[in-house]
Amino acid sequence: MGKEYLFIDEKEGLDRVDGKMKVTGKAKYAAEHHPAGLVYAILVNSAATKGRIKSIDTKKAERAAGVIKVITHANAPKVPGYENAPRTGGNPEKGPTLGQPLRIFHDDTIYFNNQPIAMVIADTLERAMHAATLVKAEFDTETFSTNLAANAAKGVPPSNAGRALYKRGDADAYKNAEVQVEQNYVLAREVHNPMELHSLVAIWDGDDKVKVYEKTQGVKSSQRAIMDAFKLPEANVQVIAEYVGGGFGAALRTWPHTIAAVLGAKAVKRPVKLMLTREQMFTLVGYRPMTVQKIGLGATKDGKLTGITHEAVAETSMYEEFTEGTVNMSKFLYECPNVNTVYKILPLDISTPTWMRGPGEATGAWALESAMDEMAYALNMDPIEFRLKNYAERDPERNLPFSSKFLKECYQKGAEQIGWFKRNRQPRSMQEDGWLVGYGMSTGTFGAGRGRASVRGTLSADGTMTIQSAVSDSGPGTATAMTEIAANRMGLPPQKIIFELGDSSMPPGPTQGGSTTTSTLGSAVVDVSEAIKKKMFELVAKEGRGFASAKYEDLSFSRGEISQANGRGAKIAYTELLRKNNLPSIEITLNSQGGNERDRYSMYSFSVHFVIVRVHPTTGVVRVHRAVGVSDAGKIVSRKTAESQAIGGVVGGIGMALMEDAVIDHRFGRYVNSNLADYHVPVHADVPKIEALFIDKPDPHTNPMGSKGLGEIALIGFAAAVANAVYHATGKRIRELPITPDKLTG
Amino acid sequence: MENESASHAPNGSRRDFLKQSSLLTALALTPTAVIKAAENDEEIASVFEKVPLKFEVNGVKHSLSIEPRVTLLDLLREQMKLTGTKKGCDHGQCGACTVHIDGRRVNSCLTLAVMQEGKKVTTIEGLANGDKLHPMQEAFIKHDGFQCGYCTPGQIMSAVACVREGHASSPEQVREYMSGNICRCGAYPNIVDAIMEVKNGGNKI
Repeated sequence: MGKEYLFIDEKEGLDRVDGKMKVTGKAKYAAEHHPAGLVYAILVNSAATKGRIKSIDTKKAERAAGVIKVITHANAPKVPGYENAPRTGGNPEKGPTLGQPLRIFHDDTIYFNNQPIAMVIADTLERAMHAATLVKAEFDTETFSTNLAANAAKGVPPSNAGRALYKRGDADAYKNAEVQVEQNYVLAREVHNPMELHSLVAIWDGDDKVKVYEKTQGVKSSQRAIMDAFKLPEANVQVIAEYVGGGFGAALRTWPHTIAAVLGAKAVKRPVKLMLTREQMFTLVGYRPMTVQKIGLGATKDGKLTGITHEAVAETSMYEEFTEGTVNMSKFLYECPNVNTVYKILPLDISTPTWMRGPGEATGAWALESAMDEMAYALNMDPIEFRLKNYAERDPERNLPFSSKFLKECYQKGAEQIGWFKRNRQPRSMQEDGWLVGYGMSTGTFGAGRGRASVRGTLSADGTMTIQSAVSDSGPGTATAMTEIAANRMGLPPQKIIFELGDSSMPPGPTQGGSTTTSTLGSAVVDVSEAIKKKMFELVAKEGRGFASAKYEDLSFSRGEISQANGRGAKIAYTELLRKNNLPSIEITLNSQGGNERDRYSMYSFSVHFVIVRVHPTTGVVRVHRAVGVSDAGKIVSRKTAESQAIGGVVGGIGMALMEDAVIDHRFGRYVNSNLADYHVPVHADVPKIEALFIDKPDPHTNPMGSKGLGEIALIGFAAAVANAVYHATGKRIRELPITPDKLTG
Repeated sequence: MENESASHAPNGSRRDFLKQSSLLTALALTPTAVIKAAENDEEIASVFEKVPLKFEVNGVKHSLSIEPRVTLLDLLREQMKLTGTKKGCDHGQCGACTVHIDGRRVNSCLTLAVMQEGKKVTTIEGLANGDKLHPMQEAFIKHDGFQCGYCTPGQIMSAVACVREGHASSPEQVREYMSGNICRCGAYPNIVDAIMEVKNGGNKI
């Protein structure tokens, strides 16, 4: 397939097609639309953590200059979709219910600190901000609990255990093994904090039609949420997200503030803009839940795994049951006869968590891959040798072949690149420039799925090909990858491909999440390109003139021309063909999805992370000195954007490993570091040169490109690689993230 | 940023006082705006709470009347519709709002618009020369120094200043002097490559 990239330097890859818009500031994100008559909304948050609103005084705010309306539970217009939905709020004694999103301004119940209790709408931003400070509320408070670590034993099984409760062979078999490791691993709460604050502009046209510029990873799913909330038909709700300033999962679902702003715009009969504050980003748009895990590993003395036990307890809110695949990889990553997993959740008086990049798998990999390193040291084996000894050639969970698996090649390539086997394996044996030096590695894996997507392809007589799909791109580079795929398949230079996205009125595309966009949407782009080529073939065959007896397979579609693949005979440009047939364009809309390959193969992407850390012996400061990531993500369809995606995962991993920790003061149930100065994320100075390598071999079964997902595996496992490197550097095993200096000096 | 004097004044606010006293003065002076605003007495206060601001943005002179509490960032984004400058935290913690004021990089969320009297502000929209991109913009595209693009205007404005300041002598120095600009997608290594290329290109930027 590589050689078909006629106009794209495959080694370099295509520059981002939306790059110029982004570097010139012309790219418009959700809050950057200014329809006539626009007014501003600001949310007022609860100071109480649990209880009821006793009274709320909005008079001062209402009298303030420029204020148009103050909405609270006492006067909020009805959200029709809220009314017949089941009552929210799990009963802790019975365990949580599946619930529904927080029904904003629906009643006086407070479920978490900082829950919105009012929304002020004013004619300018400053006036709305000021008036919001004038709203005063009193609460009847109740005793609350926000502390997972202290209450993990109270975790309950989710109502839909799904794959989480699993047993192969004997449970807890590790307890009878010759060599045993049993440890607990704690993951701190992480907040996505994309740079763009969650925002929207809602514009009603009459009472039953609304257009919303929204920060979302799924324009169709946002459209659906608004349709459901306001009981509107699909044609009456348009969601637009042409540019999205990062998501990492936080914009996968439609949050209550969106419903609030749409409701507000309807109430004041003017377009409303709402942009959350950074502080509100900590409680209103999800986070990676704090999770306490236990891993038990058993092995023979020569390093064969005999038992894996993986238990997890994660926090969720009182009104929704959030679960993720934390324990999944333990079932299939290694060949082991006895495996059991348990996944529980603990409802607390906090807001609902959500998927954050790598989601549960990143949480699980941190524990499993730390424990694997501990076991390797317990066995006095090299961690790679130990992993290879337990390498799963087939999926031991489903007893199916993998669609492709080049994990061994990842281990080898990464080890060579970083000089793994040249290190001294003894902990605390290496030093440089007065710093302790440590090498660590880990494995990551994530399902390589392909969903369903519709696209519209239009080949115009001017030689351009326009492809449209209702997807959004929060940063990975969807339009760029799709342009490369279409250019390749259509035999057109990338400059002639126009990929349009970000509008729910386009043919329905997938939500951008779970590392599936390229696989799902790219397949649809391939299908529509092939359909248009077949249509052109019908036209040339009809025309005769040297093509009369040609078979489709014998034709070459290249450089905008149809010709005989053998290089002899007739040639015709696409543009000429359309003109001759008096066709302004060929337009095809189709739906694309995979077949039953998922029943025949286990499909996963794999990654291996290698890091060198330096640990300061006195201060305990950990610096990631070098990072090498090797990904088996199938065929790489867009080199440049893929490298950035891999690099970005590592940077996220540095945050997860060393910095990120959203801290709640359990006396008040309130975050104490809900800003970007106190919630530490990696900055330039924290990030070394990152080497992103790819196996770049096509998977024959996933999709027509042979690609597999990359966004998640770029991060999954990285934190364990750092923890393992810290152990190698210092001899101290840190089992609680983030690895801050206090944990190494204590 | 909020004018709190109103709530500190005993019995009635400065705003109320302004409304009453200014009405008399205003009628005497009869500026049309005030007469018109008198139809809604809340608006009278706002007329008198605005101050004039003359400054230059991207080479264009502006003469505005603004509330003193308006930040430069919100003035640019909400009133002048120059949305290339981004709001990422509104607290001077992320650098997404970086602009140049008289050639120095500044977090526009932490500076009031009224402080820019007589100053020259350059935003990302003013960096390119017509259709010709600034070398730093070109280098960001070439090295893929972004994913979502939201921190990018701030990164680029900061990067240009970083080179001009003489703080780009090595990748290590760039990393240090660019650390006020957060990129959550993690494009840092590519940003450093872009800056080093522009620096090593040797052209005056």
